[in-house]
Amino acid sequence: MRRRIGIDVGGTNTDAVLLEEDAVAATVKTPTTADVTTGITRALAALLEQAPGAREAHAVMIGTTHFTNAVVQRRDLGRVAAVRIGLPSGASLPPFVDWPEDLADLVRAEVVMLEGGHEFDGRPLVPFDTRGMRAAARRIRDAGIRSVAIAAVFSPLNASGEEEAAAILQEECPDVAVTLSHRLGRIGLLERENAALLNACLIELARTTTRAFTQALRASGIAAPLYLTQNDGTVMLAEVAEAYPVYSFASGPTNSMRGAAFLSKRDEALVIDVGGTTTDIGSLRHGFPREANNVVEIGGVRTLFRMPDLLSLGLGGGTIVSRAGVRSAPALTIGPASVGYRLTELGLVFGGDVLTVTDVAVAAGLIDLGDRARVASLPAALVKEALARIRAMIEEGVDRMKTDAGETPLIAVGGGSFLVPPRLAGVSEVLNVPHQAVANAVGAAIAQVSGEVDQIFQDLSRDEAIARARRAAEDKAVAAGADRATINVVEVEDLPLAYLPGNSLRTRVRVVGEIARQP
Amino acid sequence: MRPVAADEIESLAIGAWILGTGGGGSPYLALLNMRQLYRKGVVCRLMDAAELADDDLVAVVSNMGAPLVGQERLTDPKTMALAVTMMEEYLGRKFHAVMSLEIGGGNSIQPFMAAAMLDLPVVDGDCMGRAFPEAQMTSFAIHDLRMYPLTLADVRDNAVVVARAASWKWMERISRKACVEVGSIASTCKAPRTGKEIKECAILGSTTKAIGIGRAVQAARRAHRDPIDAVLEVAAGVKIFSGKIQDIARRTTEGFLRGTATIEGLDDFRGHTFSLAFQNEFAVGWLDGLPRVMTPDLICVLDTVSGDAIGTETLRYGQRVTVIALPAPPILLTPKGIEHVGPRAFGYDLDFRSVFA
Repeated sequence: MRRRIGIDVGGTNTDAVLLEEDAVAATVKTPTTADVTTGITRALAALLEQAPGAREAHAVMIGTTHFTNAVVQRRDLGRVAAVRIGLPSGASLPPFVDWPEDLADLVRAEVVMLEGGHEFDGRPLVPFDTRGMRAAARRIRDAGIRSVAIAAVFSPLNASGEEEAAAILQEECPDVAVTLSHRLGRIGLLERENAALLNACLIELARTTTRAFTQALRASGIAAPLYLTQNDGTVMLAEVAEAYPVYSFASGPTNSMRGAAFLSKRDEALVIDVGGTTTDIGSLRHGFPREANNVVEIGGVRTLFRMPDLLSLGLGGGTIVSRAGVRSAPALTIGPASVGYRLTELGLVFGGDVLTVTDVAVAAGLIDLGDRARVASLPAALVKEALARIRAMIEEGVDRMKTDAGETPLIAVGGGSFLVPPRLAGVSEVLNVPHQAVANAVGAAIAQVSGEVDQIFQDLSRDEAIARARRAAEDKAVAAGADRATINVVEVEDLPLAYLPGNSLRTRVRVVGEIARQP
Repeated sequence: MRPVAADEIESLAIGAWILGTGGGGSPYLALLNMRQLYRKGVVCRLMDAAELADDDLVAVVSNMGAPLVGQERLTDPKTMALAVTMMEEYLGRKFHAVMSLEIGGGNSIQPFMAAAMLDLPVVDGDCMGRAFPEAQMTSFAIHDLRMYPLTLADVRDNAVVVARAASWKWMERISRKACVEVGSIASTCKAPRTGKEIKECAILGSTTKAIGIGRAVQAARRAHRDPIDAVLEVAAGVKIFSGKIQDIARRTTEGFLRGTATIEGLDDFRGHTFSLAFQNEFAVGWLDGLPRVMTPDLICVLDTVSGDAIGTETLRYGQRVTVIALPAPPILLTPKGIEHVGPRAFGYDLDFRSVFA
């Protein structure tokens, strides 16, 4: 029997599920802990208690927002040396140029700009300044900097500059962690460099966190390989993923939407994921989240990551309801502040003294949680007003995410899905599915492994260029843990390039495959 | 003459991207350069063409090349300024001001980069009123002004002077060739213009217009109003279509990014289909198979929600877009103008009919 464990570490809850073949065999929801790992250990213990067969799982997938949160909240970030190879071009726009100042001040330890880089056709722009690189490597070593991001002009076409720089760093300061931009991003120097810098400032946190995850898994007696979920709904082996924390950005919402599609067996629908702190609304197309059109900002930093197109509302089970005004005419504010994972100590029904959206839902009888007697005295007018406000927030959000004016099915998932009214304007039906509260963990459990290539090919036929890109993408997928025999192409995009000579074709191919049993 | 505030450059970037009608390249990198320069205390000046003396000399500048290469090689004010000073050396005369070649896209901001380095004012205007792909598609060409000399500089200290060219098409061919050789990105200073030529033949006030459009979008976003309505209002435009991109076909021929986008109607346009042909910029749009809007009327595709302009290179399946038309500068609508930039100049056998006629 094929057994997979999916775990989702959210801001409020850590959820775990066991899938046996394609059936949900056990589910667990536990509070997220400040150190993350304890929550995972507890979730695994509870899962094993429900289903001892989980010990035989052949793969464990963890989705976490830990790294995104670190950037957004400016915590646990390492200091980074930025090495840009491309002078004399780009001199006026150095690394960190479009970062928010507070974040740049935290992360920027050293900026090095060197001659080198390539043309669009792979010719060198100017020779790479290896002597300058060696001097920089020594400065980096002497300054005690532990993480370096390297970005060279047109490195997705010719990575030799970045690789040579890495080799020099390896000789001069072998203990330094190195992020090469061509491994992370596509064409677009600043955005690719930003991705590399973000990755570099998270790399130490990623290493310790990933290793703690692995330890938690082993301590629970599970021998299966560990995978981390990526923002495109696929996974990477933990040993590989720990070097690429930026790939996990936004993996939480993606997992929820993939899980919603899997549980509801609907490939075309809107999904509303009500968590503890926020509600995300997205749109499923062919079972995958519709992606955002534009550049995506993470903590204020511009990147080109492919992210699901989501509308986030400050509404969740832990959202604080504040009251002003008199009893007969309550003036309510819903959020955006939330008690987050401390709901079970601070919420009224749990014995605390903060009025949350969950307390309102319990008072209205939408769900039975904690001690209902503790909300019996809430004025009925207040409860009614709060629910009306919540409905209005959801209806407006759904309307904004809809791709057409017709009525659309809406799949409700997440721990707070009880807040979604059964009938909504513009929605044909609200789908409540079994295990909806742990859809994100289900989405993690069903994730496949992907590989992607984005390159400019010249003087090749379109078919040849795509075939070449496809082979490279397949190799990447296998390196990340995919079973070669199961790989499928999911996206092919080719873009002939304006104003470039010859037959220049930018080709992007993405493939996915099932996880290899023996990685 | 007046100083230009930093937030006006931000507005300019938004408005110019809309006036780019799908081409012209994103103004983002040029905007970043301006932010850096303003941080160092630079303040650019904008002047009315009326303030120019007839024999003043104006540098008309632009960044030339493939937008994709620009995303890697970036863009910098020094190279831009170099093209201008090279021209001064070649002519043995100094410029009194700089002006943009095209207000649509990144070239709207390039003259500010040169102006900042050379301490020159920027003339409020350009010679396209939008973006176009080729050198002969300018108000100067329509007025039969001289097309040479031209200087072209790259970041490595390569520089070319095109001393003469037999026609605008030859100028385009020769300078394009040089541009490709240095990596498909270069700063250029076009044929120098006198104050009189600018006053008589340029498209005046387009910088202010772009700033105004950008400002309207920003204000609408702040007030949670529809930014597209704001653009239509401030630029006297017409909403043409609104829908979801259903299909994109692209190919390059003769250095153009050509293609067609098919948009399926939503809301008021449900049940209708719009197809939009582009050649770097949007050229012709058909509603249910019938020509609805065509160049030189400005055809702009905006993100239906944010009001951000969408370029021909970034059109993608599934995007929700609104197509609007903005009026073209009068010079482009003259018989000579239509010859240079009308539908037949782009290979469409259509008689020009303006949406605004």
